[in-house]
Amino acid sequence: MKADVEHNSLLTIEGMRVEFPSRRGHVVAVERLDLTVEPGEILGVVGESGAGKSTIGNAVIGLLEPPGEMTEGTILLKGDRIDHLDDAAQRKIRGARIGMIFQDPLTSLDPLQTIERQLVDTIQRHLNLAEAEARARAVDLLDQVGIPDPSVRIAQYPHQFSGGMRQRVVIALALCADPELVIADEPTTALDVSVQAQILDLMKALCRDRQVGMILITHDMGVISETADRVAVMYRGRVVETGTTQQIMSKPKHDYTKSLISAVPRPDKRLKRFPLVTYIEDAEERPEGLNLATHWLGKVREEHKLTGNLVELKDAHMRFITRHSLFPSRRLYLDAVKDVSFAIQPGEVFGLVGESGSGKSTIARMITGIYKPSGGTISFDGTDLTALESRAAAAPFRRQMQMIFQDPFSSLNPRMRVEDIIEEPIHFHKMAYDQSEARQIMHDLLDVVGLGAQAARKFPHEFSGGQRQRISIARALATRPRFLVCDEPTSALDVSIQAQVLNLLKDLQSELNLTMLFISHDLPVIRQVCDRVGVMRHGQLLEVAPTETLFTDPQHDYTKHLLKLMPKFRGFRMPELET
Amino acid sequence: MADTTVQNTQKSWLARAADSDIWYSFRRSPVTIVSAILTVLFFVSAIFANWIAPHNPFDLASISIMDASLPPAWMEGSDPRFWLGTDDQGRDIFSTIIFGARISLFVGFASVIFSMILGISLGLISGYVGGRLDAFIMRVADIQLSFPAILIALLIDGVARGVLPREMHQDLVFYVLIFAIGISGWVQYARTVRGSTLVEKNKEYVQAARVIGIGPLIILWRHILPNVMGPVLVIATIHLAIAVITEATLSFLGVGVPPTTPSLGTLIRIGNDFLFSGEWWITIFPGIALVLLVLAINLLGDWLRDALNPKLR
Repeated sequence: MKADVEHNSLLTIEGMRVEFPSRRGHVVAVERLDLTVEPGEILGVVGESGAGKSTIGNAVIGLLEPPGEMTEGTILLKGDRIDHLDDAAQRKIRGARIGMIFQDPLTSLDPLQTIERQLVDTIQRHLNLAEAEARARAVDLLDQVGIPDPSVRIAQYPHQFSGGMRQRVVIALALCADPELVIADEPTTALDVSVQAQILDLMKALCRDRQVGMILITHDMGVISETADRVAVMYRGRVVETGTTQQIMSKPKHDYTKSLISAVPRPDKRLKRFPLVTYIEDAEERPEGLNLATHWLGKVREEHKLTGNLVELKDAHMRFITRHSLFPSRRLYLDAVKDVSFAIQPGEVFGLVGESGSGKSTIARMITGIYKPSGGTISFDGTDLTALESRAAAAPFRRQMQMIFQDPFSSLNPRMRVEDIIEEPIHFHKMAYDQSEARQIMHDLLDVVGLGAQAARKFPHEFSGGQRQRISIARALATRPRFLVCDEPTSALDVSIQAQVLNLLKDLQSELNLTMLFISHDLPVIRQVCDRVGVMRHGQLLEVAPTETLFTDPQHDYTKHLLKLMPKFRGFRMPELET
Repeated sequence: MADTTVQNTQKSWLARAADSDIWYSFRRSPVTIVSAILTVLFFVSAIFANWIAPHNPFDLASISIMDASLPPAWMEGSDPRFWLGTDDQGRDIFSTIIFGARISLFVGFASVIFSMILGISLGLISGYVGGRLDAFIMRVADIQLSFPAILIALLIDGVARGVLPREMHQDLVFYVLIFAIGISGWVQYARTVRGSTLVEKNKEYVQAARVIGIGPLIILWRHILPNVMGPVLVIATIHLAIAVITEATLSFLGVGVPPTTPSLGTLIRIGNDFLFSGEWWITIFPGIALVLLVLAINLLGDWLRDALNPKLR
């Protein structure tokens, strides 16, 4: 960002400050921001939720959500000021000089119009072309973004395209009027891993060939490392570090960048804990002096020593009815889990991995008793749970197994205080003699998960996603369980928060000697956490192997396919971060 | 440490209410403030009618036929004791309105609570249990919804009058009225609650409660009910206005409360007979009171609906 470059830059942002006025004072979303984008360059903007990355994109294109407002700074596009234009002037720039690619291809196309209509309209709005010329251009664009048979498919509706193909159409739409700059806001977050790689390659090629500058906004370090030329790291509305991708990935200078990079689960190597994740806020470490082994929580939870498997599934089958009918022959069923058998030994972390819809969560819900299996047996500590008739008979087993859910925003009752949420299972299973003991246990649990007793009187909405997941963990521990089911516990969290929560789970697992079933679609996370892994597809368990064996020597073709799609981190060498 | 946090939250209870978004949107809406003041005035005068009203229109000893059909205080031939004039039996209109509003509000409130309890219970069961029971309850609701509410109230009122012995009518008339109005309004609650329950029961906090081992009744009561109450309160406010109108309609038609203890609707009916003989005040003033009451409650309900809807904020 030297003075002589500045005039030639495609986009120059200087001293930008965006505020969202509210009646509780102004929220500053972005401040003191300087960025430049050169033609043909991809600038990656990376940061976690709330860092202000999307606000930059919206400010550049003039689409800040009211009452948001850019209060300071200038935005220059090839030397023209484009901030504080009136609506008509803004519309001339939008689409014509700046294109935009949104996150979700399923909602960014009009489902009632053909692709042709949407493309041709956009082209004619910005370029002075006749209908036929515009259509030819549209076909040409679709061809460029890699849609086969463009002259046929252009007449189709969005629902006839797959997610990846739709995102290609969205890219074609963004390129309609030959923009100089494209803003891509999380363009691949909603896509599968395999499609993601293709879309990123396409965007890279288009930028290079057409000399289009691009701002790539994402939370995903993997996407950045594979695509961007330069990176700006954002933290709480400020850019803390900019540099070439190579530089940021291999020699990050700022502490935040370091902790962000080290928080990404490594696909290639198992680490004991995630290092250096202490820079992030709300990372209170557990107070010293609380020794779990001697505490109530660590006290003998098992009535007897175990010899065999703790949890065992034999031909577990789950069938959901998808069409009701009076006549059995007309009913339709979906077999979510097909004759799955596996066993979990005491003290181990068993992982289940698979794509969405593979039946992982259904298995978790069968084990914890939310669903009643339609076939097979599930036994816990040698007792067949499926044979237990009443809820009362199952209660002692329910107490010993608890679950941590995926969505931290819906897994806590919004109308209950944290203390009531955590005390509920204690009271229900009559695990405390009186209210004051229950209160003490609840306070200790909050300490154990790193929140502190002052969290007790608050309501869930006063906490961030990561903190809520800690409350969830505290609630799960409140019954002193032996077996913990974690259903995608971190997939809704930012990477650094994910690293903290995974660290916490690992610590608790070893200190309390918990047995865990850990469900995830994320292979690197599985590698960091699990001892043994089962791979699932379409309700079937394809392969079970110790984690390291699975990653180094996969047997099933599908496992090999999954491992191949796993993002690689090129140039990811940080000796100082290794432990 | 623990002590200070407890103090903090207790101290901030009032401050939190004053700081909340609802209070903020209330302060910024003059229409709502006026409606709220009107509603409160009606409620206060209804509750303290015995002290506020200058006369007691139900006390036969205090009324005199000599005072019958006097015009309001500002007209010729009026008596300054009767500010809004008197009706055909010499009752003070102003006092009768206050006492009448009390009966209207009492019947309205009671039938709203009756509807609410019935509708919420059926809605919760319907949404949580699902299956055939759900289908059955919802079809009954659909059938009832295809009749106008006033018709159902009339029907129930008529049946009750036919079934109950004559001498009990006077004592039971309020209960019959409350039952009739209440039963005609439960469908709204049941449908809303069922819809919200279907959403809430699949949320993970309900599953977490099930994993703990908690039974369905406690889950419904402690976890789902508090989370479906928001829209119910809005419906209840608007329903109160509808219930007051329904009661007035029934009374106007002569099947509601008896003329000896008139509600607003009864007053309007009585006055209606004298409208063309020049004594307009007997029907107009109760009419205005009814319109103001219902309008104020309705506007309050509308505001509550918007204030609780995060999309409109």
